[in-house]
Amino acid sequence: MTHWLIAPVILPAMLAPFIVLAARYHIGIQRVFSVAGVLMQIAIALGLAWQASDGTVTLYQLGDWAAPFGIVLVGDRLSTLMVLLTATLALFVLLYAIGSGWDNRGRHFHALYQFQLMGIMGAFLTGDLFNLFVFFEVLLIASYGLMIHAGGKARLKAGVQYVLFNLLGSTLFLFALGAIYAETGTLNMADLAERVALVDPSETVGIRLAATLLLLVFAIKAALVPLHFWLPSSYAEAPAPVAALFAIMTKVGAYAIIRVYTLVFSPEVEVTAGLHGTWLLPAALVSLAIGMIGVLGAKKLDRLVAYSVIGSMGMVMVAISIFTQVSISAALYYIVHSTLAGAALFLIADLTRAGRAHLNLTLAPPIAGAALTSAMFFVAAIAMAGLPPLSGFLGKLMLLNAAFETPAMAWVFAVVLISSLISVVGFARAGSVMYWKAKSVEPEPLQDGQEAPEAPSILSYVSVGGLIGMLALYTAFAGYTHDYMTATSKQLFAPEPYISTVVDTPGKLTRDKVTKEAKDAE
Amino acid sequence: MELLVATAIGIMTAAGLYLVMRLRSFPVILGIALLTYAVNVFLFASGRLSVGAPPILRDGVEVYADPLPQALVLTAIVISFGMTAVVVMIALGAYLGSSDDSVNDAETDEDETEGAT
Repeated sequence: MTHWLIAPVILPAMLAPFIVLAARYHIGIQRVFSVAGVLMQIAIALGLAWQASDGTVTLYQLGDWAAPFGIVLVGDRLSTLMVLLTATLALFVLLYAIGSGWDNRGRHFHALYQFQLMGIMGAFLTGDLFNLFVFFEVLLIASYGLMIHAGGKARLKAGVQYVLFNLLGSTLFLFALGAIYAETGTLNMADLAERVALVDPSETVGIRLAATLLLLVFAIKAALVPLHFWLPSSYAEAPAPVAALFAIMTKVGAYAIIRVYTLVFSPEVEVTAGLHGTWLLPAALVSLAIGMIGVLGAKKLDRLVAYSVIGSMGMVMVAISIFTQVSISAALYYIVHSTLAGAALFLIADLTRAGRAHLNLTLAPPIAGAALTSAMFFVAAIAMAGLPPLSGFLGKLMLLNAAFETPAMAWVFAVVLISSLISVVGFARAGSVMYWKAKSVEPEPLQDGQEAPEAPSILSYVSVGGLIGMLALYTAFAGYTHDYMTATSKQLFAPEPYISTVVDTPGKLTRDKVTKEAKDAE
Repeated sequence: MELLVATAIGIMTAAGLYLVMRLRSFPVILGIALLTYAVNVFLFASGRLSVGAPPILRDGVEVYADPLPQALVLTAIVISFGMTAVVVMIALGAYLGSSDDSVNDAETDEDETEGAT
């Protein structure tokens, strides 16, 4: 057993205290260690993804305790893919935070950033539901600090809402976990998968309740309508690099739904059948519609981006709720795409904010460096709205392709296509007001002692350009990535190797035959 | 005993939800504290209720209490305690900054747009 699987969690967990304790007053040293840490994360994530790419499931037993007695980390295609996505996003966002000086507008940005990464990585890797709760809390408590980084009235107010909403979500999560434990007596996902299949079909009230509660919790994280209220104001008020990093947080919810509902409560399991089609699909379609209408109706650029995140999560959830192998691979493709595009849009909104006093969609004199910023907005908006040739279009195509055989095909097609049109109009309106018509406004002459706003630093442009470059690469290699997503989805729909790796790998207190028989006798 | 515990959880949850829906930061924080109490008792009860049963294996004892929910509750208590402390600090900061402790953001939205136009 190698220890590499826990490295993405351990590395930021060691770096963050070091940054707080040793480099407290040296922003330069903090930056060096933070960037070095994220670069190492990418290297580790690449290694793990390489290891998992041939379909092997790697297992890490903490303290060498065998599952289900100990906590396990599991690396399969999906986990390592999400870890790699997080590390890549984290690098560009971190470079932007350094380039724009956001990290220096308050204390402890880099330490909180590392703790946030620790929580996200852990949530993707863990194979235990209670451990998932703990990692959720780790990433949330770091995100509370990041959310109110640099302070300010509006930000603190949005921060209170964000924290309270998430505290309610955590409470609900605990209720769900308690119900699951009361019904099955385990919280290890692989062990749970075995036991849920054994539940007597006539006594499914408890387990159905638990599965629904769990779905609600993950839907809150994924900002599914009607549980999305926390997202617009908190993402719009959060510092731009933080909002960009939060683009992966909604995906943690989507990941958890995919993981739990393919592994534990899969559609074949009788006790929880019908949950996705009846509840998830309508909610997902409404989120998609509301998100894109929000894009059209938003009065500020940062709100517009926040609503586009809700819309893209709606798209992901539509793909998930169809729940076939094809649709899950479309969802995975769209998850990677919308993470990169959403983060790029938040950063571009911040580049725009640097040049004007506010982000209201009203006419104002052109910003410094408008040509490059507007070009990047153009590309990112095309990607987010799902126009060809970028990856958003391909993702949508895969989703529509997957929806062909479902009974709700007409609904899916209508909502996806009409909402795309609405979002195109919304983005076009915002872009033309922000960047194009701005030329017609004469800038006010500078007062004495007033300096013209500086153009954003080169590093800011490089990091946003990097994200857009990743989107372009993702589109260019769509054939390869699509094959990989299909393989990932295939692995998700055949969970036996995952379960047997977790349950049968020997460790301390291995479940031997004697105890198994004793349990059966009970 | 089951009825008593279930009623207690139900009352605490109901009171907590009511307070959360008051939408002012002090009642909301109190409501969340009540909800976390309720969930802690709920988690504790998820390992079945038993009186006077040891949680550690020993010779000559037939009935055991499940030790795992107790460990889960301990984790949940620590986390919810820390989270409540954080939210109190942030809410205090927000209140002192804007001298308004309403949790809803509808009014501030209007203010911003009015101020801009």
